Amino acid sequence: MANGLMDRIAGLGRGGLETLASLGRASIFLWGALVGVPKPGVGLRLLLAQIYAIGVLSLAIVVVSGLFIGMVLALQGYTILSDFGSESAIGQMIALTLLRELGPVVTALLFAGRAGSALTAEIGLMKTTEQLSSMEMMGVDPLRRVIAPRLLAGFISMPVLALIFSVVGIWGGMLVGVEWLGVFEGSYWGNMQASVTFSKDVINGIIKSLVFGFVCTWIAVYQGYDCVPTSAGISSATTKTVVYSSLAVLGLDFVLTAVMFGSF
Amino acid sequence: MRDRCDHPGWRRGRSLVADMSDRSYISLDNVVFTRGQRRIFDGVTLSIPRGRITAIMGPSGTGKTTLLRLIGGQLKPDSGSIRVDGNDVPGLGRKALYTLRERMGMLFQSGALFTDLSVFENVAFPLRVHTPLPDDMIRDIVLMKLEAVGLRGARDLMPAELSGGMTRRVALARTIALDPELIMYDEPFAGQDPIAMGVLVKLIRELNTTMGLTSVLVSHDVPESLSIAHYACIIADGRIIGEGTPDELRNHPSERVQQFLHGQPDGPVPFHYPAPDPDSDWGGLAPEEVPGG
Repeated sequence: MANGLMDRIAGLGRGGLETLASLGRASIFLWGALVGVPKPGVGLRLLLAQIYAIGVLSLAIVVVSGLFIGMVLALQGYTILSDFGSESAIGQMIALTLLRELGPVVTALLFAGRAGSALTAEIGLMKTTEQLSSMEMMGVDPLRRVIAPRLLAGFISMPVLALIFSVVGIWGGMLVGVEWLGVFEGSYWGNMQASVTFSKDVINGIIKSLVFGFVCTWIAVYQGYDCVPTSAGISSATTKTVVYSSLAVLGLDFVLTAVMFGSF
Repeated sequence: MRDRCDHPGWRRGRSLVADMSDRSYISLDNVVFTRGQRRIFDGVTLSIPRGRITAIMGPSGTGKTTLLRLIGGQLKPDSGSIRVDGNDVPGLGRKALYTLRERMGMLFQSGALFTDLSVFENVAFPLRVHTPLPDDMIRDIVLMKLEAVGLRGARDLMPAELSGGMTRRVALARTIALDPELIMYDEPFAGQDPIAMGVLVKLIRELNTTMGLTSVLVSHDVPESLSIAHYACIIADGRIIGEGTPDELRNHPSERVQQFLHGQPDGPVPFHYPAPDPDSDWGGLAPEEVPGG
């Protein structure tokens, strides 16, 4: 009985130490990637290639998701607001919901699922096939050559994707609200214009997506770099990337929302 | 010019190597390395001569690849000294270590080609990163290196289109792209057919001679390794159990060395994994092995 309890306490301590060690490794890893940037010409070429792989190739899923979420928001919003005779406020509801919350959060979740998992698998496979080791032995630091451009590309791509998500969502909401359900177009756009502030809503949404982009990409590249170099290791790392990124995004969203919009 | 290997003194093996400490390119002194609870090296001391092929052999899992990673600075020993051309590798800073690595090459067991780059671009990679050479000059160098390994015609292929032997030859061309002073080969013959193996043996020997390289060859393919090595050592149980010229190793008194060299299934390394006494093990399951028991 006492031994079982001690084992559990020891297990907890071991788990805590392992988590701390992993956080330490992730921080050193991040420092190594941030302090070194490849030569300007080479670095730009690598960065553009990664922005294409991470950002441009995520456009399809972001646009389609944004469209449907905007349309669903319009349907739900119309049903609820029409009970109070306020269906004309549907534009501002959709815009504020997307710009403040759903745009950054859903884009980050989609990003973690599409680009994050791909990053982890790619880097994990490079590690498994000794490509990272061979780079090191050629005198090329993989943190600078492989990790830094991906980290920066994720940081740049996420806010752009989130803005595109929100714009497409607002347009989708207009399709359903105005074209289908018959809300007056002038009130849809007018109420939106009157209630959305650039400095508070748009900028805060961009700040959120910058934070999410950084955290999701950091988790993805670190999990790939630190994975056990086997097929099971890559599989586990890819799963961790999606789970950790999703939890981090939702947790950070609460904190950021409380700081940005909380009135306490 | 007379090859140094033909010098009678060279044939005296280790004693000569020990005498030629100024000629050693790599020296390990009392290196201890532990991974987890397992001690991989327990005071390994080794001197690798400059301009020669040194074969490091030993059973699987004895840390031969780990030794290469220690020499390349990818791992740090718990204690002891590792010097490459006079540089204390574990003590080097990040920048100095990467600069030193530009003078080294390592051929990985898998080839480790970049799968998203063509054969040409793989070989051109270190040149593009480390030199300011114009594209036309890089092209000529890459084609020369590919010609040296017999694959100039495969320049446009992708790594997925290459056989195992071709992959290693391309990796070898990439390794010599910057004309290194040292090449470390990690199991270059593993899984190769006889022709590919013959090609690799020829290339390793020729490159060592023509480029004046120091070569370290990690392998458990005894005949191929001893056929090209000037000096060889066998690692087991975290230490060196035999070293010398190939002839000296063949006549080594250690049973363990002889078991390894002749591939005997039983000997100091037992055929059976440690198990309970057979008399008590046959004829029924132990209580803890009974399903649900």
